Amino acid sequence: MPNTKGPDQIFQRALAEQEILLPKCDDCGAFHFFPRVLCPHCHGTAISWQRASGKGRVHTTTVVRRKPERGGDYNVCMVELEEGVRMMSRVEGIAPGDVVIDMAVTAFVGAAEDTPIVLFRPAEV
Amino acid sequence: MTDQLRGKSAIVGTGHAGFGEAHGLTSFDVMAQSALAALGDAGLKLSDVDGLFCTMMEDSMPALMAAEYLGIQPRFIDGTMSGGSSFVNYLTSATMALDAGLCDVALIVYGSNQRTASGKLVTASRPPAYEAPYNPRYPISGYAMAAARHMHEYGTTREQLADVAVAARAWARHNPEAFERGPLTREDVLGARMVGDPLTVRDCCLVTDGGGAIVLVRADRARDFPKPPVYVLGSAAQSAHRQISQMKDFTVTAARESGKRAFAAAGVSPGDIQAVELYDAFTINTILFLEDLGFCAKGEGGAFVEGGRIAPDGVLPVNTNGGGLSCVHPGMYGIFTVIEAARQIRGDAPGIQLNDIDVALAHGNGGVLSSQVTAILGSQATL
Repeated sequence: MPNTKGPDQIFQRALAEQEILLPKCDDCGAFHFFPRVLCPHCHGTAISWQRASGKGRVHTTTVVRRKPERGGDYNVCMVELEEGVRMMSRVEGIAPGDVVIDMAVTAFVGAAEDTPIVLFRPAEV
Repeated sequence: MTDQLRGKSAIVGTGHAGFGEAHGLTSFDVMAQSALAALGDAGLKLSDVDGLFCTMMEDSMPALMAAEYLGIQPRFIDGTMSGGSSFVNYLTSATMALDAGLCDVALIVYGSNQRTASGKLVTASRPPAYEAPYNPRYPISGYAMAAARHMHEYGTTREQLADVAVAARAWARHNPEAFERGPLTREDVLGARMVGDPLTVRDCCLVTDGGGAIVLVRADRARDFPKPPVYVLGSAAQSAHRQISQMKDFTVTAARESGKRAFAAAGVSPGDIQAVELYDAFTINTILFLEDLGFCAKGEGGAFVEGGRIAPDGVLPVNTNGGGLSCVHPGMYGIFTVIEAARQIRGDAPGIQLNDIDVALAHGNGGVLSSQVTAILGSQATL
């Protein structure tokens, strides 16, 4: 295995280990997403990684309408994580149209084909 | 653009080609026909063009491809690709290049055959890595999520979104160049096939073929051409993001900044604008841009467009050709906002010609609310 140091590789390798890591700037203390070699807020380059709390809320959402024979409708949404960053994702476990803004959700590592990705399910109350 | 460039360049020709379905033609064929139409309008020849401003959906070196096709060797080119806003953005670079003497005749041009070629948006850009696994449908999912958030924060309704499409159609019905001219009601829009909630297919722009072109020269010779010159009073851009997932506030676009600077450069305010031509890829766009450009307050865009207020005989003429929703939308619509604004000022609009238009606004949007570019055009009387 080659030495993996790039931010995208660090994120993807953690996902493959069922772990969601978020980049955080050592200088300004803010999280950011997507992973990159600098902080988009203060432009510092000292970036650490923290395990995501997994807690988030749906910031906005849509249903992609698709014919049943092609797999049917599915959800696409933006989730705002407790850490203050947003990511595109999908809420699973409920009908795509039942995903609503401000809904509390919890992250888990799922898969798109064979690649691990971050997905969400409704938070347990 | 700052006020130093106010009125330094003028549009002396506009043209278009291939509206609707351009069977048997390539995108570059449509581009070239558009260029010839605009040059003909200006009384100029292709060999007069020494500045070329062009991007195309199909190619990563679009200005070079276009110059080669046209058989010209321009001394200044700009192929900056910011999506559909590119062609409004070229008003700035063309004005700068003309003013600096880097070229004398600037041609802005675009063409597409996306309807007859594939029936859907053709694009050379790749899906962003952190979005692609979720299969958003480009570009509608981004706009749908902006609409959903606007509805959530401000109580904007699907009926208000629908009224944007109804108003666009009402303008288009008078425009023989428009692709969709049949009647359209609010109920038609609401009852149409849902594509990406809360947007139905009638909340979405058309998929047509078509091309457009604009010829600009320095203001000092602008009166030597057959048509009345239309001056670029101000133009300004703001780039916010590329991916929808990076949009900071889903209810506020960079049009707030581009508009502010364009108005300042032109020395006018929203109340002075007599015709508003906005890039309406989706019905939510018109609402967002009317708010962000200062025609109404944030959150009031839904009420502002309701019940025919931006339709013919409403309070503000918006998208007087029928817009991307009903007139033409060949992948990128931006150039047509400029062409319609210029024609309203010249007095030869193809559909409803408004009376005595001296100041009009053209606003281009690119990507997924990513790039915003605002231009303000004026008649000779505004100099």
